[in-house]
Amino acid sequence: MTTTHSGVSTATRATAVAARATDLTKVYGQGETQVVALDAVSVDFRQAQFTAIMGPSGSGKSTLMHCMAGLDAISGGSARIGDIELTGLKDKKLTQLRRDKIGFIFQAFNLLPTLTALENITLPMDIAGRKPDRAWLDRVVETVGLAGRLKHRPSQLSGGQQQRVAVARALASRPEIIFADEPTGNLDSRSGAEVLGFLRNSVRELGQTVVMVTHDPVAASYADRVVFLADGRIVDDMPDPTADLVLERMKGFDAKGRTS
Amino acid sequence: MFRTALRNVLAHKARLLMTTLAVMLGVAFVSGTLVFTSTISDAFQASSQKGYDSVDVAIQPHRSDSAAGNPGAAPGLDHKLLDKAGKLPGAASATGSVSGFTAVADKHGKLIGDGFSTLGGNYYPGADGKDARYPLRDGAAPQRAGEIALDAKTADRAGYRVGDTVRISVDGPVRKEKLTGIFTTDDGAVSAGGSLALFDTATAQQLLGTPGEFDEIDVRAAPGTSQQALKTAVDAILPHNAAEATTGRQLADDQAKQIAQGMDGMKTGLLAFAGIALFVGIFIIANTFTMLVAQRTKELALLRAVGASRRQVTRSVLIEAVVVGAVAAVAGLAAGIGIGAGLRALMNGTGATVPDGPLVISPSTVLTSLVVGIVVTVLAAWLPGRRAAKIPPVAAMNSVHAAATTKSLVVRNTLGALFAGAGAAAVLAATGMDDGKALMGLGAVLLLIGVFILTPLLSRPLIALASPVLRMFGISGKLARQNAVRNPRRTAATASALMVGLTLITGLTVIAGSVQKGIDKMATDSLKADYIVSMAGMTPLSPDVAKKIGSLDEVTASSPLRNSPARIGSVTEYLTGVNGKDFGALTRLDFTSGGLNGLRGDAAVVDADTAKEKGWRVGSHVPVTFEDGKKGALTVSGVYEGNEMIKGIILDNGVLAPHQKHAADMQVMVKTQAGVSDAGKDSLVKALGDNPAIAVQDKKDVSDGIAQMINLMLNMLYGLLAMAVIVAVLGVVNTLAMSVFERSQEIGMLRAIGLDRSGIKRMVRLESLVISLFGGVLGIGLGVFFGWAAGELIAGSLGTYELVLPWGRMGLFLALAALVGVLAALWPARRAAKLNMLAAIKAE
Repeated sequence: MTTTHSGVSTATRATAVAARATDLTKVYGQGETQVVALDAVSVDFRQAQFTAIMGPSGSGKSTLMHCMAGLDAISGGSARIGDIELTGLKDKKLTQLRRDKIGFIFQAFNLLPTLTALENITLPMDIAGRKPDRAWLDRVVETVGLAGRLKHRPSQLSGGQQQRVAVARALASRPEIIFADEPTGNLDSRSGAEVLGFLRNSVRELGQTVVMVTHDPVAASYADRVVFLADGRIVDDMPDPTADLVLERMKGFDAKGRTS
Repeated sequence: MFRTALRNVLAHKARLLMTTLAVMLGVAFVSGTLVFTSTISDAFQASSQKGYDSVDVAIQPHRSDSAAGNPGAAPGLDHKLLDKAGKLPGAASATGSVSGFTAVADKHGKLIGDGFSTLGGNYYPGADGKDARYPLRDGAAPQRAGEIALDAKTADRAGYRVGDTVRISVDGPVRKEKLTGIFTTDDGAVSAGGSLALFDTATAQQLLGTPGEFDEIDVRAAPGTSQQALKTAVDAILPHNAAEATTGRQLADDQAKQIAQGMDGMKTGLLAFAGIALFVGIFIIANTFTMLVAQRTKELALLRAVGASRRQVTRSVLIEAVVVGAVAAVAGLAAGIGIGAGLRALMNGTGATVPDGPLVISPSTVLTSLVVGIVVTVLAAWLPGRRAAKIPPVAAMNSVHAAATTKSLVVRNTLGALFAGAGAAAVLAATGMDDGKALMGLGAVLLLIGVFILTPLLSRPLIALASPVLRMFGISGKLARQNAVRNPRRTAATASALMVGLTLITGLTVIAGSVQKGIDKMATDSLKADYIVSMAGMTPLSPDVAKKIGSLDEVTASSPLRNSPARIGSVTEYLTGVNGKDFGALTRLDFTSGGLNGLRGDAAVVDADTAKEKGWRVGSHVPVTFEDGKKGALTVSGVYEGNEMIKGIILDNGVLAPHQKHAADMQVMVKTQAGVSDAGKDSLVKALGDNPAIAVQDKKDVSDGIAQMINLMLNMLYGLLAMAVIVAVLGVVNTLAMSVFERSQEIGMLRAIGLDRSGIKRMVRLESLVISLFGGVLGIGLGVFFGWAAGELIAGSLGTYELVLPWGRMGLFLALAALVGVLAALWPARRAAKLNMLAAIKAE
């Protein structure tokens, strides 16, 4: 699978590849109970591009993200972040790579309840023992609209605000790529729209690279490109998606899913 | 509900592991104590029963009215009485026995045994020329002065054979005796590591007792005569009021009762420590069930939503506790039986031989252990169970854990402050009282409860103190600190468990150190003598020893301390005879009125307490009945401040000696020209004939001896309290493991965004360290306070008491707390680091 027909439109913005999977295979279990979650997937995620990964549940979209982000070991093929090959990296190196080059946004926010919003945002830098870039931090905080709430603890914030803290946390350390796992799954539609807006702005204005797993066609429509997975393979690659187009495409899977 | 509870126990096996272990250890302590004490007690009773097999009736000096208790009484057990007893119609034979301290030296001149169980006695040949009590293995029985027989164990140990010359000492001077026989015996003192030397009867009487008299006459009944009938016959021939007869069965029963009493004391002591361990366990059980209930909020709310009553919810938690308690109690009982058996083997191994006997596991031991285990667990789970019932059914619908309201912390803090304040006030008030023991005990308990209640409040500020250090560990340290104060109640309960043990350990250490210092000071302050000479077994010295010492050139002053009972008014008091001329040069007494003035004639000095009690003052005339029954009078010439070493009525030996038929000195104080030196001590030892039975100690030896005794006791207490600390460690492990489980999502996130495994481990370890040190600081602080307060009470009876803060030990205890933290974190930290990141993130 290649991404030839979307390459033209993204090439005008940036040509460098932020992350690349080549024949990426992930197998769970052994023998009889063996399940192939990813079946030789090859895909590029270009810099400064907002990519959505879609597919019915069990299609392997979360697995793909976990493998690309160095959270899960790969069974075969290769996964790269920038120039760095993930296969064969020891846990320590892999952890360092996640810390320095990758940002994460989770469905369940996953903030530390004992830390204030600001402390949560700077957590990855604190782990690395780096001083945050003040100007950049201010800009990120302003972008996500949390200026007045930095001293609050997560329990004092609404769901939308918590996820904005999580977005700021992912942006603050200027990672090479941000992986977002269903970032709007736990939010109402208005808060969800806000968060997705920030993610799109961070790509457009700050040149951030974002890869988002979602099952929501509206969320996917914020992306520059949608990659569709089914049964562990990439089955489609849609540039400049709209909610309707995505929904239409998804319906096809559902029908297929039901018949099989 | 029962099935739900059972399923819950099974589902949370791992999480209940530490709780089960904690209860198990406590129960094992209890059942171990019960098994051990009843086994030993039974064995001793069986052995003492055997010892009285050959005695049908024993004639002994009247117990309540013996020569010592009744100065001037008529002589009792003489040969005439023995003959009479032997010729009674119902008697088969009568044996007279004499016993006392006899030290035996090995071939290198060293004392055999510890000095307390080295005994001497007489070989009393019966009609067949043999003494049935002591069957001879080699040689013949001692016949005359200069001959002895030794027990086989002692002879073998020292390598003595029949015909060898053996050095022995009865009351000071060394005697060289010819070994004529070696006998076997099942005498308790010998099997406990002592020695037994036998003389012929006349020699034994002369050396160990009074010529012509026995300590005891044992009469055997003729076939067909009952013990009771023989006793009646014996009673008829006894001299009036001087002796009494007791049947062998009665003696055995008396001894059994005595053994039982002794074992009861030991049992109570050990059970107290078991109780402490169980008490500590309560914190862990309560913590565990609180956490389990919190984690199951949704489940429990669902049960309520589908119609379970509050009572049913509480009951389900309590049933769970019963199951856990029962499992732990059974395991604890098994472990305790093992401990009991092991302890007996250990005691046999260290030489303190215990008579053989079966391991005794009584039904009451089994029942007590099971009940204790289950009741403690259920009690501790009571509050969490009630809290579970308060979960509203609606909680099933949202994911909020039922958080404790701030109001309850306000109530809690107020209550805690009241308890702690009242407790501290009571303790402080008690320190100023003459008899403040009860008040201080009450205050200590109140204060301890108050601190327990207040620990959640104290956790924040105290743990904040550690943050500068934690900051050095970067983000791990910061997270550790915040995690530690995240659930103040849980942290508090965990730290409290450790606090209990450390409070007791520190308190005891402070008291022991201070008492030792006080005794040391007393010895230095009140004594000017260079050496104290005494018998190894604290038995009396022959007056010859004092005479010998007095005649040495290098000795400038010496005085024996000689005790003699005397009747003053209607009570018996002990008079202390000294060498009045030298006494002032050997002691430094504080006189409140009068003085020593050379102490001669009928002059006596009296300590202030006795003087006050009797209403004596300088110049008072005191009529006295001496031990030989003669009357006399003393004049009080001075009143001094007494202490543990020197107290009572002191007078010149010149007054006392004519009244004593068997003078004996407890110790001899010696001052030499050259002062204390190793050479001086050696020459004194040589002058006394290199006698292993005589101890020559300078002040340092005396205080070292005391220090050793105090240390031994302290180490035993440490050992017993170690169990409470071990249980507390389990508590820290438990809390950490549960916290790691509860925070698995957070830990997964931290791993995902780049905290490596060692960072996670460090975080858990530091949290553990913070909690442990928190408990350690509280415990050591409280311990010092209690130690100080108890010391104020002790100071009332030990004038030279002085508070000594054992900084080194306290540092060690803090290090111990830190070690507890590190060790307790080992497993939870590994678990946290190995947590499956993806599962943790996905989990909701």
